[in-house]
Order: sequence, then C-alpha cells, then structure tokens
Amino acid sequence: MSTKDRGVERPIRVLVAKPGLDGHDVGAKIICRALIDAGMEVIYTGLRKSPAAIASAALEEDVDAVGLSILSGAHLTLSKRVIEELAVLGAGGVPVIVGGNIPKRDFAAMRDLGVAQVFPTSSVFEDVVQYLRDEVSR
Amino acid sequence: MSKRDSKTGTDVPAVKWESGLEIKAVYGPEELAASGGTDAVGEPGEFPFTRGIHPHMYCKRPFTIRQYSGFGTAAETHERFLFLIENGNTGLNVAFDLPTQCGLDSDDPMASGEVGRVGMAVDTLADMEEAFDGIPLNEITVSLTINGSAPVIMAMYFAMARKRGFALNELRGTAQNDILKEFVGRGTWIYPVADSMRLVGDTIEFCAQNVPRYSAVSICGYHIRESGASPAQEMAYGLAIARAYIDHVLARGLDIDEFARTLSFNFNVHGNLWEQVCKFRAGRRLWARILKDEYGAQNPRSMQMRMLAGGGGGGLTIEQPENNIVRGAYYALASALSGTQTMALCSFDEAYTIPSEHAAKLSLRTMQLLINEVGLCDTVDPLAGSYFVETMTNEMEVEMQSIMAQLEAEGGVVDGIAAGRVQAAVNARAYDRERKLQSGEVKKVGVNIHREEEEEREIEFHPYDEQQTASQIERLERVRAERDAGAVAQSLDTLRRVAESGENTMPALIDAVEAYATVGEVCSVLKSVFGTYQEPVGL
Repeated sequence: MSTKDRGVERPIRVLVAKPGLDGHDVGAKIICRALIDAGMEVIYTGLRKSPAAIASAALEEDVDAVGLSILSGAHLTLSKRVIEELAVLGAGGVPVIVGGNIPKRDFAAMRDLGVAQVFPTSSVFEDVVQYLRDEVSR
Repeated sequence: MSKRDSKTGTDVPAVKWESGLEIKAVYGPEELAASGGTDAVGEPGEFPFTRGIHPHMYCKRPFTIRQYSGFGTAAETHERFLFLIENGNTGLNVAFDLPTQCGLDSDDPMASGEVGRVGMAVDTLADMEEAFDGIPLNEITVSLTINGSAPVIMAMYFAMARKRGFALNELRGTAQNDILKEFVGRGTWIYPVADSMRLVGDTIEFCAQNVPRYSAVSICGYHIRESGASPAQEMAYGLAIARAYIDHVLARGLDIDEFARTLSFNFNVHGNLWEQVCKFRAGRRLWARILKDEYGAQNPRSMQMRMLAGGGGGGLTIEQPENNIVRGAYYALASALSGTQTMALCSFDEAYTIPSEHAAKLSLRTMQLLINEVGLCDTVDPLAGSYFVETMTNEMEVEMQSIMAQLEAEGGVVDGIAAGRVQAAVNARAYDRERKLQSGEVKKVGVNIHREEEEEREIEFHPYDEQQTASQIERLERVRAERDAGAVAQSLDTLRRVAESGENTMPALIDAVEAYATVGEVCSVLKSVFGTYQEPVGL
C-alpha cells in the first residue's frame, strides 16, 4: 500500500498513537508537529489507547504508517499486540514504527515482532521523515 | 555577537535564559536599582521569604533527601525502602505502577505489560500494609507520587497507618495529588476536570481537619517543565494551579489559614544554574505575596512555599550516560542554593530504566556530599545580595507575574487546561526546543557537541519480571476471596451515594479500602458517577 499504488498523489498519512497507560506524550506530540511540518497528514490518538482501538483507527483513517510512542518500558508487549490487532483487521501491511526509550538490546526483538523501524530517544526528525518518505512511496 | 557590556562597549556573545530574560555581562548597583533594588529581599524565615522559609535553613537542619522509588510488588518495594532508610534517606517517595496510577486493578486488560513496571503495584490495602511493614510512620516522611487515583491511595495510607496504631495527626509527608498538571503533562488523569478538582478539594479539606501535618497536594511545576515549559512558566503555571485549588477550597467555606499550609510544591531543576536559583527565590516571594495580599492570610506558615526541588529527568541524556552523574551534582547544587526543603535527584541511568541500586545510591551520595563536604549548610542563602542574583530574582518575579496575568486574561488556568490551550502552548515550546537541540542552537554535551559515535553504553537494566504480574494477580484474587464481600458492596454503595451527593468522599473512601475494596472497584464507582476525562483534540 503506497501513495503510488493508489494512482493519486496524496500526502503521506501517519497515525501517531500512545498505546497502554504511559502518559509521556511530549515525544509523540513533537513528532506529530515535525511530520506535519514535513508536509504529512498526522492523526494523533491521544493517551491510553488499547491496541485494538489503535488498529481500528489506523484502518478508519486509511494511514500509510502507524507510529507508536512508548516510554513505560512495555514496548515489547504493546508493539506485539498492536501488530496482532492490525493483522486481525487485515491491515498487516501497514508498517509500524516505534519511538521512545527503547534500549538497543531490544531492537532485534522488536524487528522479530514485525516492527518496521525503531527510533529511540534522541533520534532526529529528519531520519523519521526520510524513513517514512522512503518506505511509504516505495 | 552583540554589545552586552554597555560600560566598556566590549562585544561578548549574547546570553538569553530559557525564560526569555536577557543577561548582561556585568551586574552592579545600577542594574540592581533599576530592577527594583533589595527592598523585597527581607530576612530568612520572614515575609516575603525570598531567602528561605526558615530563619536558619540548613544550618539547623539540612534538606530532606527523598529519592523516588518503588517497583514490582509491595514486597520488593518494601525491601528497597529498607535499603534506602539504612543508607540515610530521611523520607520515602513512593512510585506506583501505571495501572495503580490510572485506577485499574492488576488484572484489568489495559494493565497488561504494565504491572509493577514503573512503580509498585497496589490493588488493595494488603499491598500497602506489606510495603510499609515495620516502617515508623511517625518518624519518616512519606511522599505518595499519585494523582488520578490519589484519594484512594491516600485513603489506603491513612487506613494502614491507623490500623498499625498511628494517629493521623502524627503522619507527615505529601501526596502529589496535583491533578491539574496531569492534564498538561504526565497524563494519569481519570475523571473530568471539574470532578477531579472536587476530589482534590475533598483531600485538602480532609487533611486540613484530620491529618494536619500532611500535605494534601504537592503542586508540580516539575512535569509542566518536563513537558516543555520554561523555568518562569513552570513557576507561573504552578502558582496559577495552586490558586485554582485555593479558590476551590475557599468556596467550600474554609478559611485560608485553615488549609494553605497543607499545600506544598514540587519543582524541576535542570538547565541554567542561576536561572533556577532566581526562579526559586522569586517564586517563593511571589507565593508569599499572593497569599498575604490577595488571600489575606494571617499565619506566616500559610505564606511559606515548602518545596521539593528535584534534579529533572529532562536535563539528562541517553548519550554518554555517565555525564548524567555530573549533571545531577550540579542540579543538586542548584537546589541547595535555592533553599529547597526536600531534594530528589533523577539517577544517571534514568533516561533508560528504573534506577539500579547502584545508580540510586550514587544520587543519594551526591546529596550527602553537598551536606557534609562542600559547605552548603554553612550559612543561609549564600547568594543573597549578589548584584546579579538579586537583579534577576526581581526580573524573574516580574516575568512570572506577567505570565500569570496573561493566563488569567485568557480565561484562567482551569479553563485553559480544560480547553487544551495550556497544553498546546507548552507543547509548541517543547517542539521549538527540540528543533534547537537538533540544529545545535541549544548546546547539549554528548548530544550535539562533544559527541562520540557508536559509544558503548554499559547500563545495568532494572530487571522486569513478567512473572510478577501473575503473582500480583494471584494475590489480588486471594484478597478478593478472603474479604467480607457484603461489607465491600455496602462500602461501595455508600461511596457512590457520597460521590453523588457532593459530600466529602474521603471518609467513605477510607471505609471502602478498609473493607479491602480494590483500587479498580473504587475508581469504577467514581467513574460511574463522574465519567472519564476526554482529551481535547488537536496537539
């Protein structure tokens, strides 16, 4: 699924979501602003969303990618559940990227779960924007 | 380059604090006089308390060291508490896990993966009893870092203390319980804004009348700063929120001097050292003036800003984590120079994980070094009278007043938070700051200057035991099976009636938790009466 496949050029649409109970939303909100400034359309879920609610929002909003922001340490559990819920809804092809304080030692496990890319704390906007442009319009 | 030294005309780089104030290269009597002079400095322990709330400050008693801790089960947290007390902590600052903070039981589907992760899991009074087993609650001050579910957890703490034979008027400490800031940063709100305010009011009223040495609320500029506010905004928003609580409780018919002393504050320390010091000296003075001049407080204790100043996580970096040890030491120095009552430091590994025992001990030692080796307890407010510090204290106070006036002109802080204006303003600043960090306009060692590529990060991760969720749920099920179900149902019915009626909920909450009603059950009753908060749409 990409902008080109649809035959119509449209801005990249991204759902930025806060799964679970983690209330740290500074990162999620500033990445929303950075993506908007880069010309993308961003839907932000707000706090405390269940994996099922995030997956159905992704489907409803017809997004090109889902970005999860997790700083509670529960990134493995929560990423896995969001990816499962997307698959249940037949949206398993939507790439899921994850930001937050994800330690390096968990990167491989995140990939194994099906996470497309991890952007740990101190990642720069440019890399996230470039990644989405490359991936989504591929 | 700009001419900052007007006397000699020398070009030196311009300096601007995060709060927006411009700093001159040299300060002298002229600058100080132009800013308002030293008339408002006063004496330590006297109105307007610029120099501290006690006449002898640390000369008489050093600041309380109260590290934030708690994880896993009550049993594990209990062990860490004993370790901290053994190593010289004079207070405890309890961390709760997210399900507890959001008012959910450990077996709630939304709690999956979060039980015991960022703090201690509390489902029933049994957990509270185990965590504080044997700890002398009349000697140690206990801070409960809890907000959305604060009335329930406070009820549990009071019930547990009473059960162990302590009188409520012996208890000292603080509940964080600052719900307004949760809507701006931190995010563990449960009920709508107005109902949340009513619950805070219930706790203030209850503590003022029954637990007089316990601070019902610790108003947090801290998290607003972490969310992106400048130091001046941090203080101004904090004071505006404090005023909102005061106005709410005054409307219940209480006298200002009956309850103002139960309010305390929690602020952040990172960034420019001088800016922090001036922020605290100015904020303390402004608070005293507000209480005296606007609210007509008579008792000096009502006018005293008692605070916890903590080395802020926002200043720490994931890069070159050992640098955070050094940053922590400077933040502790700034806190001590600011005359805080209580100090806590984020540990150097906190950008990654819950502090390891090793990192927690280093933070503790950092503060003990200040007390015992460096001379911070030699004399009161050592920076007083400095041309620079007094000038900028004056300027910071004016800046804070202007932020508060603008907030008021836009409809007040409660309305601003309910409508999402405050959140949007703070977040816009966070974005601006992050862009400046990424462009190198704001310097951060190890991040955008003195970087090391591919550095090795040797961090000892605090282990998270997935099995503990199962054992916590088992424990919860055991309590549910063993308690008197009839008594629980009856206490929850009473709570519902009280919540609907508008009476103070605290006595009914205490009865419910004494009957071993769970955090989730109690919060469900309140949610059924109040509803839940809906975040404003937009960023």
